[in-house]
Parts: sequence; C-alpha cells; structure tokens
Amino acid sequence: MTIKGKAYIAGIYEHPTRHAPDKSTAQLHAEVAKGAIEDAGISKDDVDGYFCAGDAPGGAWPMVDYLGLNTKKLRHVDSTETGGCSYIIHLGHAAEAIAAGKCSIALITLAGKPRTGVMPPRAAGAEADFESAYGATTHNAYGMCAMRHMHDYGTTSEQLAWIKVAASHHAQYNPHAMLKDVVTVEDVLNSPMISDPLHRMDCCVVSDGGGALIVTTPEIAKSLKKPLVKLIGHGEAMKGPRGGKDLDLTYSAGIWSGPRAFEEAGITPKDIKYASIYDSFTITVLMQLEDLGFCKKGEGGKFVADGNLISGVGKLPFNTDGGGLCSNHPVNRGGMTKIIEAVRQLRGEAHPKVQVKNCDLAIAHGTGGLLGVRHAASTAILERV
Amino acid sequence: MSEAKKYPAPVTNPETAAFWDAAKQGKFMIKRCTACGEAHYFPRSICPFCYSDKTVWEEASGEGTIYTWSLMRKSPTGPYAIGYVTLKEGPSVQTNFVDCDLEKLKIGQKVKVVFKPTDGAPLPFFTPA
Repeated sequence: MTIKGKAYIAGIYEHPTRHAPDKSTAQLHAEVAKGAIEDAGISKDDVDGYFCAGDAPGGAWPMVDYLGLNTKKLRHVDSTETGGCSYIIHLGHAAEAIAAGKCSIALITLAGKPRTGVMPPRAAGAEADFESAYGATTHNAYGMCAMRHMHDYGTTSEQLAWIKVAASHHAQYNPHAMLKDVVTVEDVLNSPMISDPLHRMDCCVVSDGGGALIVTTPEIAKSLKKPLVKLIGHGEAMKGPRGGKDLDLTYSAGIWSGPRAFEEAGITPKDIKYASIYDSFTITVLMQLEDLGFCKKGEGGKFVADGNLISGVGKLPFNTDGGGLCSNHPVNRGGMTKIIEAVRQLRGEAHPKVQVKNCDLAIAHGTGGLLGVRHAASTAILERV
Repeated sequence: MSEAKKYPAPVTNPETAAFWDAAKQGKFMIKRCTACGEAHYFPRSICPFCYSDKTVWEEASGEGTIYTWSLMRKSPTGPYAIGYVTLKEGPSVQTNFVDCDLEKLKIGQKVKVVFKPTDGAPLPFFTPA
C-alpha cells in the first residue's frame, strides 16, 4: 500500500497579510480556505475532508461550522497537531484518506496572529514539572542544537549565516516579504546575539497570516485547470530525549521522515530540483539538509556556504519565497508555506527571478515543536505531471 | 548577579511525588529499571526502554558534564543559560546553569546539582563543580 500518485494538490493560497490586527483568527482561516478553493476552481460545497491543527480556533468542529462546509458531504476530519509541520502531515493523511476512498476533496487550513497578540499556551506534557521552569523557548532550544553541532562538527556562524543570505536573495523579489533587503554574512554576524550561538538574523520573522491547500484525487485534479502536482512520497516521525539516553541534538526526526518519503517516491535527494525546508532558524535548515540526505551528517556547513542555496547560483535552490527567515512565519508555523512555494515552483508560478528551470521534482519538509527538546518532522515529495 | 528569580512550584503527581519529597531533603533522584538495568530521567513508573514496571528510585551522584547550553541574552526575568547535563549515571537532563559566569560555560565542563527554592518543592539546577 502506498500513497504514491494517489493525491494531487489542486489548490493553494497564501494569505498576503503579515500583520492583521483588524481580522479575527477564524476569519483568516476562512480567507485562506476561500483562496485555495478558488485557486482550485471548485466550490466549498464540494469539500468532503477537512484538516486543521492547534491554530484553528476551537478545533475541527467549530471550524467546519464557521467555514460553512457542507456537512451533508463532509465525511473525513483530521486535527493532527504536530506544531509547524502539522500541515505537511495533513497532506500525507489527506492522501491516505483519498487513497482509501474516505474523501475526495480535502481542505487544509492554517492561520493566526502571533504578531498581533499572544499565542494561546500549549497544554502541559508529562515532562512539565521537570522542564518548564528552565525556560526552553524556540530561540534557546535551537541554540542548544547549534552549539552542539558546532562542537561536534566544526560548523561555524559564518556557514549558518549563508542560509539567511540565500533567503534574503530570494525575498527581494517577493512583494509580500517582511524583510526584502539582501543581507551579507557580515550583516548576520553583526546582528545582536539572541541565544548563543544564534544571532537575530539566524531567527525567522514573527508574522500574522496563513495558508490553505486543496488535495484531491487524480481524476478530479485532471478535470480542473491548474498544472498538475502530485504527491509521490510522504514521511512523518517524532523524536525526543527519551529518558535522557544517548542524547544527540545534532540530528532531527527528519532523519527518519526523509528516507521514508524518498523510498516511497522511488527517488533520491540528487533528483530534487527545488527544496522547501523549514527555516525557523538557520540551524533548522542545516540540520534538515543533512538529515534528508542532501549531504553527509556534519557537512551541512560546507553544503550551505557560498550561495549554494540561492536559485540560479547554487546546486539546491531553497525557499524561493524568502521563507520564514525573510517572508513570513504565520502562527509561528512554517509547514504550510513550505508546501505552497514548492507547488508554485512545480507549476512554474514562482517569481521569474527565482523560478527553477524544468522544476519537476520538489521536496517540502518541516519540523514542529522544539528540535532541542521534542519534536515532529514531516517530508513530502511532489512531482509535476 | 541577583538570584531573586522566582521559580514555579512543581505541581507533582502520584508518579513523581517521591522525586519531589527527596528534593526537599536535598537528594537528586533518578529512576532505574531492575529488568533492563537502564537509568532514565525524568522519572516514569514504566521503563521507557523495556516497558517493565520494575523501576526503582535511586539517589544520583548529582554530578555530570555539560552536553550543550545556550545563553538566552534577554528575557522578562533577565539572562539565563539553558542546557543539558549528562549525569554520571548516564541519562541527560534539561536544566539551567546557575551561580556562575554564564558566558564561560563550556561543553564537557563538570557540573553538580544545586537546589533552588520555590513555594513548593525545590527545583534542581546545575553549577560548575
């Protein structure tokens, strides 16, 4: 049993807003749902599967009602919550449901306003008494990974800075990007230290916004007008300190989700023309590239240096919308926009300055939670038909 | 450096109450599985490695080395250094480093446990040995 080729992404929409003090979170979900439905050229009454994560106010049933989905037709829901990679996991789960005949047109939404207001706290896990007092945040949890990666492999701040430099080269062409200025390695190194060894420019932006996808059967996708983009491989995985045994913060759950997706797709990292890689921090990208097999463990620093991630310059164009480091990071969750830019690349709809030539195979990969503590990862491999 | 920082009291629960009772006596406890011999942290009643329920409390030496760290330069309560310590007994534990120059921490450095008060049971932290 495989989901290879069983589901197509027929609709995408990224909210242009980066700051939405005058809108509600539910409203942003509705706006992105409407955008993806219109992009696909279907009616909202055709949707028979709905997927959302922890950012959806009240969860699945209030959202289904608020969005006015057709409850006579809706027959599959999934509110898997795995932080920023939830939507990549949803994509795989939608394909599974479609392959099993449980739905035929799935809507996935993400939206929220961390830039406008405070995000609701996550429910406490079993570890709370033993960890929460120590103040693990995204900054320092990823800082701990970077510190150990530098210690074990000699990775440098200069190498990490190249990831931000590449993202900024792409963001200059995105009119919606929060940070459009091209930056240099020196700019990154001279930005204030936030949590050692990560500088401010090693960190992604905080933005309001959202995005949505329509996932459907091959038959329905072919009846619509958009270029065909199919899911050919998918993987998901989780990792944590596991009782403190053999702690190793230099790799992520991507080391498992990646090979699962590549095996299902029947291709290797060398075949990938474009990569959307979750960039909550520069170190996130470096670790994921290693874990996915684009280079050997420990050689990520060399791999990303000297513009190797810049479209038209390097071997692996990444995050051509500017990514989380420069464009947006709606709800502090990067998975959705990673899929959307990968689909744009495969459709040939990316900005001409960053569009990858003959882009027929792309990867969208993300993590959720804290790499330095416990997290999930999900990998999707997409092909232009 | 002022140490006026107020830490939250552990909520505790039946599975972990013995850990916090021992902390009040200044003892740093880990759990060990008598079936597979592995120690783990934070404490669970079922061994996370072999799923045996034959886990027992063991007082740890409180000594270990820094696996990694990161100095959070700004926060509402001031700078703090978070990290993991690999205990002599094996498990790595998340913690903050205290009572030292936070900019001079090093991976591999020897550290020891020190308890800080809360409104409930005291919390374990680590400081250079």
